[in-house]
Amino acid sequence: MELETASEISRPPSAFQRTSDRVFRAVSLLFAWATILVVLYIVWEIGGQSVPALEQYGFGFLTGQTWDPNREQYGILPEIWGTMYSSLLALLIGTVFGVAVAIFLNEGYLGGATYGILKLFGVHLHPVYSRLPSALENLLKNLVELLAAIPSVVYGLWGIFVVIPLIRPACNWLHENMEWFPLFSTPLSGPGMLPASLVLAIMILPTIAAISRDALVAVPPKLREASYGLGATRWETLLAVILPTAAGGIFGAVVLAFGRALGETMALAMLVGNANRISVSLFSPGNTLAALLANNFAEAGGDETKVAVLMYAGLVLMAITLLVNMFGAFILQRSTAGLKGLN
Amino acid sequence: MSDSLQQDREPQLEATGSVGFDALDMGELERSLRKPRTLMSVFLSGMVTLLTLLALVPLFSVIIMLFYRGGSNLTASNFWTLPPVPFEEGGGFGNALVGTLVMVGIAGLISVPFGILAAVFLAELGPDSRVASVVRFCAKVLSGFPSILAGVFAYGAVVMVTGGFSAWAGGIALSILMLPIVMLTAEEAIRMVPSKMREASIGMGATQTQTVWRILLPTAMPGILTGVMLAVARAAGETAPLLFTALFSNYWIVTNNQLDLAQPTASMAVLIYYFSGVPFENQVEICWSAALVLVLMVLVVNLIGKSFSPRTTER
Repeated sequence: MELETASEISRPPSAFQRTSDRVFRAVSLLFAWATILVVLYIVWEIGGQSVPALEQYGFGFLTGQTWDPNREQYGILPEIWGTMYSSLLALLIGTVFGVAVAIFLNEGYLGGATYGILKLFGVHLHPVYSRLPSALENLLKNLVELLAAIPSVVYGLWGIFVVIPLIRPACNWLHENMEWFPLFSTPLSGPGMLPASLVLAIMILPTIAAISRDALVAVPPKLREASYGLGATRWETLLAVILPTAAGGIFGAVVLAFGRALGETMALAMLVGNANRISVSLFSPGNTLAALLANNFAEAGGDETKVAVLMYAGLVLMAITLLVNMFGAFILQRSTAGLKGLN
Repeated sequence: MSDSLQQDREPQLEATGSVGFDALDMGELERSLRKPRTLMSVFLSGMVTLLTLLALVPLFSVIIMLFYRGGSNLTASNFWTLPPVPFEEGGGFGNALVGTLVMVGIAGLISVPFGILAAVFLAELGPDSRVASVVRFCAKVLSGFPSILAGVFAYGAVVMVTGGFSAWAGGIALSILMLPIVMLTAEEAIRMVPSKMREASIGMGATQTQTVWRILLPTAMPGILTGVMLAVARAAGETAPLLFTALFSNYWIVTNNQLDLAQPTASMAVLIYYFSGVPFENQVEICWSAALVLVLMVLVVNLIGKSFSPRTTER
């Protein structure tokens, strides 16, 4: 009987299967909810632990400049300043390089150059060599991604032993000859804002490059072709058509990278000098919120006020990064939505 | 832009039209380096190439330094000896290596099942529901979460409750960083499964659970593994969440032949941090060797993870 065999293969699920289906779906939903609860728990935990400090120091904590555990006087203005200063400086450097890398990758310069060389030797149609251009492009993309894979503590180590000795002579020369200029007003004795920001820039570069490249790829090819068709050169096209179209995405990349830079800890804790001061000099040591937490938490131990104060500092850091990240995500979402009409 | 171009060109076209094709100045159309616009294009292309090459210098510099400073002193005994005290010769990072593996293991055991189950909900059971969009938002918030705050949280939630630094606290802090990576990549991987396979399974009368376990998860496995590997690589290199959750220890995590997870635990990353700032030659050398081993571990796990994923970037 045909019908019977058919029903054997595709019989309705048994009672056990239906129950397990329901259980599995419930479990899956439970874990989805748990994600929300984890985020809420984190906010509640850090917020709750910082209540004593909030009550004791209030908003004066944000504008105070002393950090003296002996007298129980705490203020984190220098740390907020240091966080902003180092992140913005890193963002400035990282954006220039990151957008350049994104353009370099998107324009296919490397592939084009390799193809040109292959053609020079007349092997551009060779079954093996002809794959070289795209293979090299891929390699370059992976190398840029590898920059992000190296642990931040290793970058910190590299910064201490390579970057600081490398830039110190130049920085001190600048200080000696141009001391009147506020940015060079202090000598670089070792750790300082500039080496920290340089290393930070390297760490956020892959983020900017990857997201900017996505934004560039998302620009409809029609626009580029139309511009070429009108006789524009490659860079006239880039500056007048492609970059303005991708500007939203690139801006989103920069904001997200800013969020990363604000929360980055280790490279800064190792390179920024942990000095509680506000200075506009590039070479002056400073401190950041994340580095403050990293250096003080382990010793806080039984000191309840200090733990509460550090939790308060953590709360401030969390609030800043959350705002910046949400703003970045919002911009990215809007820019991709705007491009849909162009396709 | 197109407007301005048109305005520039129109008088020119009229002019050439009136005198005929022969009078067209072919020199105008030639690409010559003497023209400022071509020159600018070449100059900017050169700038971008230069900046890209400069951006890769740190990567090579880090790797060369690691092999130069770390590779020259790395011996096999480094892998099973304890960190040296100041002025002591020899020593290694054996306990830190074990500690990192144990804590990443704990973090993986928490975040992988958690992440995949939540991803199944996001991708399959309720992709368009309100809960899903909130969960996705939360996962994105977590993925942009500064790693040090995961440590702050674990300090408040675990260390202060249990009363001491422990491998558990370190593992929990790391799991918070791994969770969004696992979840978001797993969701993406499950979504990539062709809907035909899903529909065929449901058409055969399979329940949703059967579809998930027999069709979706096996098909999406390479993508999910990529996410897990990337998360492991990230967690293995993290220092900030471990500084005041697992702290550090100069001894093995095993006491009396028993794995004791409730004591301060060493990790590679924290060892590098502590030894980077000391004036003792031998400890600095151990620090570089540990950094080399850590970077190699992270890069290998990273590359293995990427090799799983069928490159979807070639759209």
